[in-house]
Amino acid sequence: MNALDIVLWVIVPYISLAIFVVGHYWRYKYDKFGWTTRSSQLYESRLLRWGSPLFHFGILFVLIGHVMGLGIPKSWTEAVGLSETAYHAMAIGVGAIAGFGTLVGLGILLYRRRTTGPVFSATTKNDKFMYLVLTMTILFGLSNTVLGVVGHGGVDYRDTVSPWFRSIFYFNPQPELMAAAGPGFQLHALSALLLFAIWPFTRLVHVFSAPLGYFTRPYIVYRSRDRQLGNRATPRGWDRVGGPRR
Amino acid sequence: MRVMAQMGMVMNLDKCIGCHTCSVTCKQAWTNRSGVEYVWFNNVETRPGQGYPRTYEDQEKWRGGWQLGRNGRLSLRTGSRLKRLLTIFSSPVQPSINDYYEPWTYDYETLTNAPVQEHTPVARPRSLLTNKPMNIKWSANWDDNLGGAPELTQADPVLQKISAEIKEKFEQTYMFYLPRICEHCINPSCAASCPSGAIYKREEDGIVLVDQDRCRGWRQCVTGCPYKKVYFNHRTGKAEKCTFCFPRVEVGIPTVCSETCVGRLRYIGIILYDADRVLEAASTPNDQDLYMAQRSIILDPHDPEVVRAAERAGISRDWIDSAQRSPIYSLITKFEVALPLHPEYRTMPMVWYIPPLSPVVDALTETGHDGEDAGNIFGAIESLRIPIEYLAELFAAGDTSLVTGVLKKLGAMRAYMRDLNLGRPADESIATAVGMTGQDIQDMHRLLAIAKYDERYVIPAIHAEQGPEREEFDTGCSLDYEDGPGMGGWGPFGETSGGSTPIAVENFHMLSARQTTDTLSAPPTKAQRVNLLNWDGKGAPEGLFPSRGNDDARHGPDGGGDGPGSPSVTEPKP
Ligand code: HEM
Ligand code: SF4
Ligand code: SF4
Repeated sequence: MNALDIVLWVIVPYISLAIFVVGHYWRYKYDKFGWTTRSSQLYESRLLRWGSPLFHFGILFVLIGHVMGLGIPKSWTEAVGLSETAYHAMAIGVGAIAGFGTLVGLGILLYRRRTTGPVFSATTKNDKFMYLVLTMTILFGLSNTVLGVVGHGGVDYRDTVSPWFRSIFYFNPQPELMAAAGPGFQLHALSALLLFAIWPFTRLVHVFSAPLGYFTRPYIVYRSRDRQLGNRATPRGWDRVGGPRR
Repeated sequence: MRVMAQMGMVMNLDKCIGCHTCSVTCKQAWTNRSGVEYVWFNNVETRPGQGYPRTYEDQEKWRGGWQLGRNGRLSLRTGSRLKRLLTIFSSPVQPSINDYYEPWTYDYETLTNAPVQEHTPVARPRSLLTNKPMNIKWSANWDDNLGGAPELTQADPVLQKISAEIKEKFEQTYMFYLPRICEHCINPSCAASCPSGAIYKREEDGIVLVDQDRCRGWRQCVTGCPYKKVYFNHRTGKAEKCTFCFPRVEVGIPTVCSETCVGRLRYIGIILYDADRVLEAASTPNDQDLYMAQRSIILDPHDPEVVRAAERAGISRDWIDSAQRSPIYSLITKFEVALPLHPEYRTMPMVWYIPPLSPVVDALTETGHDGEDAGNIFGAIESLRIPIEYLAELFAAGDTSLVTGVLKKLGAMRAYMRDLNLGRPADESIATAVGMTGQDIQDMHRLLAIAKYDERYVIPAIHAEQGPEREEFDTGCSLDYEDGPGMGGWGPFGETSGGSTPIAVENFHMLSARQTTDTLSAPPTKAQRVNLLNWDGKGAPEGLFPSRGNDDARHGPDGGGDGPGSPSVTEPKP
């Protein structure tokens, strides 16, 4: 294990995660107005109708896959009697389907972005960079799955990548595991770390607003006029006296 | 009984001349920014016609509003919450920009740049979305004054509900204007379909607003509103809608569209309603009973019981007072001449309309009859089936007797008042024929024909002690908000980011920029626009016209004149 490994698999991950967490906090505090999907359906919906659901359902399954693959230790699945081969057949099967769905969806979305005039005009530099990193991450990830299917990958990521990933969160990083994981996984992990670092500053923040509260709230929201004094937050020392409002 | 106050509007369609002043001034005040070029919070449609966006009334297609399930429960026409979240990645039905229209500007520069040539140079239209040359094929009022009829008119969803043989003759006999704003519904389906809960109804006055900081751009409300009065700002990625000019009504002055209406046909006031019975009323099984159901939740502000309940609910005395003097309450409940637009959408709309009688009178006069004779008018209302059926589809879920009743009252008023004006004895039988007294008719005539400013607009201002709760607070320093004064620019992520700018600050920047700008359209910053919000109807609004000579005083950065700094003074106007 050399210095580079420490930089790549200890320092970079922590920096990236720190930016991810602090960045979201900061963005939410200072830019609620910019926190949106920036939907482009007004311009075009024929391609979006296929591309967006394919991509989104795909990536949500991929996300679940990652939570399982990275979060659940191998010993646990084996303890419930799931054999190595069975697990991989399942993971790779589901992963490949979801992954290709995502990729096809993303392909349609990118094609749409480039060829539909108004959508292209509404694409910012920020969007372009985000699409680049997102596409890279998905491509590297999917190529790992494909290599896994072909069977010549050689490394079981559940012995290397997953424990390394968990070790980051135990604050007991084990860079040597990742150093042994092979270039495919390394590239995927690095581009994912880059994606996390830019995440709070792109339109991807909409993921954290997934409107699950919709299921529990009443249909109609009533609200009083703004509680704060005018446009600004109430300055310290100027809070109103409690008691009956109105 | 849970009493709530609701701001509402009534428009007297007989007086609308279709001048679009309301639309233009509204646009100047609220939607002259890029991203909402195609948006008209107020639009005026010629009926019969397709409307804006095209054929929005066809709910089989656009799926707006509420529907009654087989179990008698009210649900959104777009589907259950689960279904709508599962299809959120691409809304199954949402109007595209072509259903509104592709906004454009003209390449004016060629007019001055073009080399010397034989023919006059032409300013070509350019799309404001792509900046490419385009052909103009549609706009917000393309079929204005029956333009393109009968082909275009045939697509009118309301017309299609009426039988085929009638359709043929329709456009020769009848035409009127329908100005539309957001209905500020009592049971708003836009709010119900917002996954983030960003659209809310204000407890105090029932105005429905979109919280720009909580909207996440899921664009479900656009589909949810049956009147298609929520719009998607394609540059900020947020929904926007008519605000009932809350910064104006909060200080007691009417909305911009009403203030500037040439026909003086708009009435603003509040009503009190029983919030506990809204759901029950909106779930009335028969569409045609919805009008009465909505009427039934409107409370009588003179009833001591209601007054007590209102006071218990924290509604202040002067608001109750305003409710008692409310012109819209009179038009809806006392004279019963105002009707809701499309009650069958079950959103309990609160912008009501007095259906137009003029076309009936015109038709009569054309045939050589006296168009203002009571007998003739009554007869014509009975026999002119076409317009009646059309109006009934708009205002009464197809119940023609309701519309006939209203038109008869309007006809009776004309006939009765004509006798008075000509110095003839009043014919009380005209009044009794429509179930009114002569005094009622005179009162109604006063309200409809000669009511002055302070009778047409009875808008209670917000209390001094509630002042700080106004959305725009005028005793604090308006430059003192997050990120300090003079920012005017964009947040770190481009034009859509950063906090929202107080209207006063935006005004300040707009005024200074307006005087130095070289461009007319698509201003490079959101600050450069004329804003009519502070205009009280006196003189010309700041920045709307180029300054005359050097009278800097008028264009001083403090906006001159009295802005919201002098609240709650509504001077009576002619
Ligand atoms: C969890 C729930 C999520 C919801 C409800 C959601 C919803 C949406 C919506 C409504 C749009 C706008 C589509 C349009 O009208 O143009 C959108 C766009 C987008 N979302 Fe999501 N999203 C979710 C998760 C994700 C995730 C996990 C990712 C990727 C990591 C993602 C990436 C994107 C991208 C790249 C776009 C832009 C698509 C385009 O127009 O090219 N979303 N999302
Ligand atoms: S008319 Fe206005 S309040 Fe009613 S549903 Fe539409 S946007 Fe909402
Ligand atoms: S300003 Fe008044 S008269 Fe003119 S179109 Fe608007 S509502 Fe009609």
